[in-house]
Amino acid sequence: MSTSVLYDVPGPKAIVRNRFIAVATVIVVAAVLGLIVYRFALSGQFSAAKWGIFTYSAVWNQILVALGKTLAAFGLAAVLSLVLGFALAIGRLSEHRWVRAPITTVTELFRAVPVLVMMMLLYYGLPSVGVKMDPYWAVVIALVAYNGSVLAETLRAGIESLPRGQKEAGYAIGLRKNGVMRLILLPQAVRVMLPVIVAQLVVTMKDTALGFIITYPELLYLAKQLSSNGQFQQPLLQSAFVIGGIYVVMCLILSGIARMLELRLRRSNKALSTRGSHTDPAPVEPGDPRLHPEGTITEVISVQDRE
Amino acid sequence: MDVIFGNLDLWGTAIQNTLIVFVGGGVFALILGIIIGAMRVSPVPIARGVGMVYVNIIRNTPLTLVFFFFVLGYPALGLPRLSPMVLGIIAIGIYTATYVAEVLRAGINTVPVGQAEAARAIGLPFGQVMTLVVLPQAFRSVVPPMMSVFIALLKNTTIAAGFSVSELAALRATVNDSAGRPGSPMEVLLLVALVFVVLVLLLSAVQHRLEKKWRIVR
Repeated sequence: MSTSVLYDVPGPKAIVRNRFIAVATVIVVAAVLGLIVYRFALSGQFSAAKWGIFTYSAVWNQILVALGKTLAAFGLAAVLSLVLGFALAIGRLSEHRWVRAPITTVTELFRAVPVLVMMMLLYYGLPSVGVKMDPYWAVVIALVAYNGSVLAETLRAGIESLPRGQKEAGYAIGLRKNGVMRLILLPQAVRVMLPVIVAQLVVTMKDTALGFIITYPELLYLAKQLSSNGQFQQPLLQSAFVIGGIYVVMCLILSGIARMLELRLRRSNKALSTRGSHTDPAPVEPGDPRLHPEGTITEVISVQDRE
Repeated sequence: MDVIFGNLDLWGTAIQNTLIVFVGGGVFALILGIIIGAMRVSPVPIARGVGMVYVNIIRNTPLTLVFFFFVLGYPALGLPRLSPMVLGIIAIGIYTATYVAEVLRAGINTVPVGQAEAARAIGLPFGQVMTLVVLPQAFRSVVPPMMSVFIALLKNTTIAAGFSVSELAALRATVNDSAGRPGSPMEVLLLVALVFVVLVLLLSAVQHRLEKKWRIVR
């Protein structure tokens, strides 16, 4: 059935055992969920008073504003980190040591410093040297520095995974370094790495929630504010569930795109690899120009291309 | 230098707390991750489903929100009191477990089916197929990505600072808020960043060595 190496197709004994495990799993999961629901009910988390806050359109307006702030930070950070990623990846592959060495150091540094510490440096640290920074920019710059360097590594891995011949062929037809990189290597690397790049955008999206700690008024910050509302008996878990749901949906959409790209890529790769295999040449049919010595080269190539 | 020597006590507890959250969260994530990972590759469809739902939901939740749930939300349930540190360890463990599970699953799937088939063909029973043929290979291909998970975990411990755990990233606030502590926020944070860079580079070095030592030629 599956390609897993772990188990065979189950026999009668194994089927009984599997059913037993299935029942046990259901019981354990139901017990855990039941315990949570029970505690929620006991501590009054299901009371209408606590959920009531989400029946007001003013609250939903606030949520929309906060969602806008989250998306504003995510959008700019995503675009800029892609730009930075390309710049760092190309710099790191440079043939000049004086370009490669500093860029390698910067990439490694950006990757090693936790995003939150970077945000704090920008927001709390810079004022002590006389620069005041808006939380929005602290969030965006920190995200760009981190995700940009991660994307740079991804792109570099993508470029290095390409067959050597790609680059050589580029030089052979007379392209310069710039052309080889821009026209031949990068497009293929981006295509290979697209699922990973989108997956990294999910990380960027999730990390915008760190802005909450440096008082950037995004979704999670709003959740904290809502949860201190005494009029609705401090609906902390309730706001966490609602806001959390929004995050999960946004990230699931992005993850879904990543998975779709991966599937599509795998399918087209499979098509490529079966077509490109030289062990099993296509049969030559009558009328094929390859059979005629007079067939022009372009005719032959066009037939080969079709296969 | 005053930033370090004037606050030596604070640096001590901060580094200690960071390591406690790292090790505690790591152990918790490993245990839970192995269980979830096993569920995801098990022959029981329901177990696979539960594992998949768990991984997909937790993975797409920001870690900050997971912390929010546990450190701030847990006390609202009126259960026995736990310190923010313990709750933080649970939060980071539950989050990282999803990554551990995915790494394990990917590692097991890298072992070609032929290996297990060959092992069965020479008459090995299930236990030996697993312990002698499949798991050693799976383990080797798992170690480098697993180290990456732990590097990410180390960096994620900083988030605990936002939830009243006095670890490294919280040091700035402590220095700032108590009178007579030397050092500006900038100095403290730069040093904290430096500590993380050193720790992360250390872990990456270990990762590279393991990767080289245990490379499987396929």
